[in-house]
Amino acid sequence: MVRARVLIRPKEGILDPQGKAVERALPALGFEGVGHVRVGRMVELEAEDPARLGELCEKLLANPLIEDYEIERLDGGA
Amino acid sequence: MVWGVLQFPGSCDERDALRACSLLGEARLVWHEERDLGGIDAVVVPGGFSYGDYLRAGAIARFSPAMEAVAEFAAAGGSVLGICNGFQVLCEAGLLPGALLLNETRRFTCRQLELLTPRGGLSIPGKHGEGRYYAPEELLDELEARGQVAYRYAPGENPNGSARDIAGVRNEAGNVLGLMPHPEHAVDPLTGSTDGLKVFEDLAR
Amino acid sequence: MGKHRELGLTDAEFGLIVEKLGREPNDVELAMFSLLWSEHCAYKHSRKLLRRLPTEGERVVMGPGENAGAVDVGNGYAVAFKVESHNHPSAVEPFQGAATGVGGILRDVFALGARPIAILDSLRFGELDSPRSRHLLDGAVRGIGHYGNSIGVPTVGGEICFEPPYEHNCLVNAMCVGLARTEEMVRAAAAGVGNAVVLMGAATGRDGIGGASVLASAELGDGDEAKRPTVQIGDPFEESKLLECCLELLGKGLLVSLQDLGAAGLTSSAAEMASAGGVGIDLDVAKVPLREADMEPFEIMVSESQERMLAVVEPAKVPAVLALCEKWQTGGAEIGVVTDSGRIRVLRGEALAGEMPVAALVDGCPLYDLDPGEPEGWIYGNEDVLAERVAAVAGEGTDRDDPRGVLLALLASPGVASKRWAFEQYDCLVGSRTVRRPEAADAAVLQLPEAGKAIAVSIDGNGRRVACDPHAGTVEAVLECAQNLACTGAEPLGLTNCLNFGNPEKPAPAWQLDRAVSGLAEACEALGVPVVGGNVSLYNEGPEGPIYPTPVVGMVGELPDPARTCGSAFAREGDAIGLLGPFAPSPAGSELTKLRGGLGKGLPQPDVVAVAAACAAVREAVRAGSLSSAHDVSDGGLACALAESAISGGLGCRVDARPLRERGCSPEEALFGEGPGGFLLSGEREALERLGAVLLGEVGGTTLALAAGDRSFSVDLDAAESAWRSLPSRVD
Repeated sequence: MVRARVLIRPKEGILDPQGKAVERALPALGFEGVGHVRVGRMVELEAEDPARLGELCEKLLANPLIEDYEIERLDGGA
Repeated sequence: MVWGVLQFPGSCDERDALRACSLLGEARLVWHEERDLGGIDAVVVPGGFSYGDYLRAGAIARFSPAMEAVAEFAAAGGSVLGICNGFQVLCEAGLLPGALLLNETRRFTCRQLELLTPRGGLSIPGKHGEGRYYAPEELLDELEARGQVAYRYAPGENPNGSARDIAGVRNEAGNVLGLMPHPEHAVDPLTGSTDGLKVFEDLAR
Repeated sequence: MGKHRELGLTDAEFGLIVEKLGREPNDVELAMFSLLWSEHCAYKHSRKLLRRLPTEGERVVMGPGENAGAVDVGNGYAVAFKVESHNHPSAVEPFQGAATGVGGILRDVFALGARPIAILDSLRFGELDSPRSRHLLDGAVRGIGHYGNSIGVPTVGGEICFEPPYEHNCLVNAMCVGLARTEEMVRAAAAGVGNAVVLMGAATGRDGIGGASVLASAELGDGDEAKRPTVQIGDPFEESKLLECCLELLGKGLLVSLQDLGAAGLTSSAAEMASAGGVGIDLDVAKVPLREADMEPFEIMVSESQERMLAVVEPAKVPAVLALCEKWQTGGAEIGVVTDSGRIRVLRGEALAGEMPVAALVDGCPLYDLDPGEPEGWIYGNEDVLAERVAAVAGEGTDRDDPRGVLLALLASPGVASKRWAFEQYDCLVGSRTVRRPEAADAAVLQLPEAGKAIAVSIDGNGRRVACDPHAGTVEAVLECAQNLACTGAEPLGLTNCLNFGNPEKPAPAWQLDRAVSGLAEACEALGVPVVGGNVSLYNEGPEGPIYPTPVVGMVGELPDPARTCGSAFAREGDAIGLLGPFAPSPAGSELTKLRGGLGKGLPQPDVVAVAAACAAVREAVRAGSLSSAHDVSDGGLACALAESAISGGLGCRVDARPLRERGCSPEEALFGEGPGGFLLSGEREALERLGAVLLGEVGGTTLALAAGDRSFSVDLDAAESAWRSLPSRVD
């Protein structure tokens, strides 16, 4: 059993209105000099077969046309 | 003409689609767990929030048994119409090119829209929060070149920031059609325009 | 000692509980009593007043006391409807507060077996120059859209108002309308000793624990951040599945009774079902599906986790019920049994965690008399902003009394301005029944082909005018609703109401509540419209004082032919424009007087009989197809009503208000004065004359050319539209 965290974010070059909205709100809250905000999704799971994680991401968790993803192992594995 | 309208947990406009299809032939609902499309000439994947739009709109519905049957049906040349969430499901399933993203305004918007088609203008309402059509530039050029852009928002009418004002597309073979606006809500003069009937007829063509 | 005080019970109430139990309550029992005996659940300060309301009528199918009210619409069908508040949660977390408000009212309607077919909402916030109010407005509108759109029920109407007294106590009142076959409707009463009690829907977590007694029965003060954990989170997808499951269960005759879980969760649901049925209920909390493993019995009993329903089922039918829950992918668990003990018993497996007589819990709460005291003067603020508002829309240097500037300032005023920014975020189309969309007519119109007719629905509240005179102001609110229905050709069938007031233990809000309920009773009697259900929300008050006394009225009416209804927009060049009804424009309580900072006590007394007669005349004219447009004159007076009809139709008008001056008002009052009983109509001249309307002018051109007395002025339609559509620039 492995524990993993998948980070999914919009591909570079795709308009991310959520990211833009967050970026625009920051100066009014006193945070200057923050840019390039991208808003994505995070999925945590336990899986019996780590070899299939990539396939799981490609098929369901992310839409490869519009999103990039990154798999983080939470239990020190590779 | 026999129409089959899919129904997922969370579908909203399937009964409206059923009603609209009944004006043009026989129509029945197809539960998401059914694989049997026997006797059906055209499939409608309706609007709504299938599976709550969880993960991504349409991402879970595309794996249902009914959608697997629809993929085979489409591969064999059967007619498929995806409306709003249905368009999203067809894109996720790879039956149509591109993807639908969050509206540029980040708000759901419901309003009457003027659309342009190769055969004239249509007035059809749209109601969605994730209707911004996206495809990489090269793919968009191919779609234009092959005449796959079926509907475009008239100038000034684009409610969501869709690339090139695209409101709906066909697959290369032409038997699968998807659009964000809701033709099933434009079939009754009491509730709006009746231009929606032309979209259903477009599919039957 | 004193734990009961932290939970909101007085020493006297605690003593009464001890007396009824014959001993001190344990923690589980205390928690249950504290919620059921809270103002929100027990209506301690309002129940006696509500007995004044007329609740009977030959079209009433379900009256107050059931999950929602319902009226007969013929052909074997009934329309169920109710309005409820979710004020305190929305002030803390507007998105989820408004969303779960919608979820809750939907459940009240489908608990009767009625399929929800429409949502309307009445929202009130502080002025939009406050970032907090902008945040609350944005969150509430998103929340309502999120829930209603996702579950596939159209939001077809509503209202949004902005007044300083709501700054710290916003109001979110949600109304739902549903359709059912009359004979298939189900009541909440539990019945049949030995029948199973089944919990359906979402798993139970710690949402909203203590919500009712902590939030709804006390004024919001500083530190409401700490109340955040008690706000419920809604899941419309779960509710969508639960709704279909319940309707299919009822359609198949598998349920004896059904009740939704709202405030005070399992406790109130089970207790109310048992009370209505004169039975007892045993519940085993160990059988409740939990979201968090280590919940205590009292937490399980008072959790306000959303999207749950409680049903009574004959034992032989339980497997079929659970199978349907499985089909719809929603939870289903047998958690108890109906008994003849007359007691609620909470068990955890074999162990008894708490018990009490049903009657003590549901009916044993003391009811309090109000101690009303009319305030001496105007207890709310006043702020003169007219000059700056006129300058902002009509240019610096414009005289603040210049009628052109005043009209533009009123149209741009967020209370009067178009609310398109909000309603375009709602799906108003799903269900294919919507014959008149938001802002197309004075009421929403929905076709009911099953019943061979249509219904119209409106929700109207009134805070500022009720503050001027609670009795007359409340009568006006009922009349406004009836007028809005008349404009679409509909005759009222029934009324629901939400009474939003301040702290009833203080003299001024108590007086306001008392007078408002009298006004509501009087207006409903005079119009022959029964009250079929409603809601009361008290303690809407902060350190600055109470909110405006705000009765919100929702009305459903019927019309025979959806093709013969009317919109509010001018439709044809050359149409005559006329005014029908006993409209007597007055500056009292008006939008202009507010901008001038001149609000104070007193409203003219409404002539209910004359307004009712005008409603009947307009209704018949609409049904006969003899009008091009019909629009109720309300906020901003006649000039604003003219502007709205003109802008919506894209057609200007030429109007002389001189005939109105014969009613004894100044030129300015004729243009901007307010009051009930004014119908602005357009159509063929002969048709208006036959109706007895006072002719004022005609439709045409690209300007609003208005005259009143010796002043005449003209506003370009474009400029008027720009002012009227300016809400987005204030919010985004």
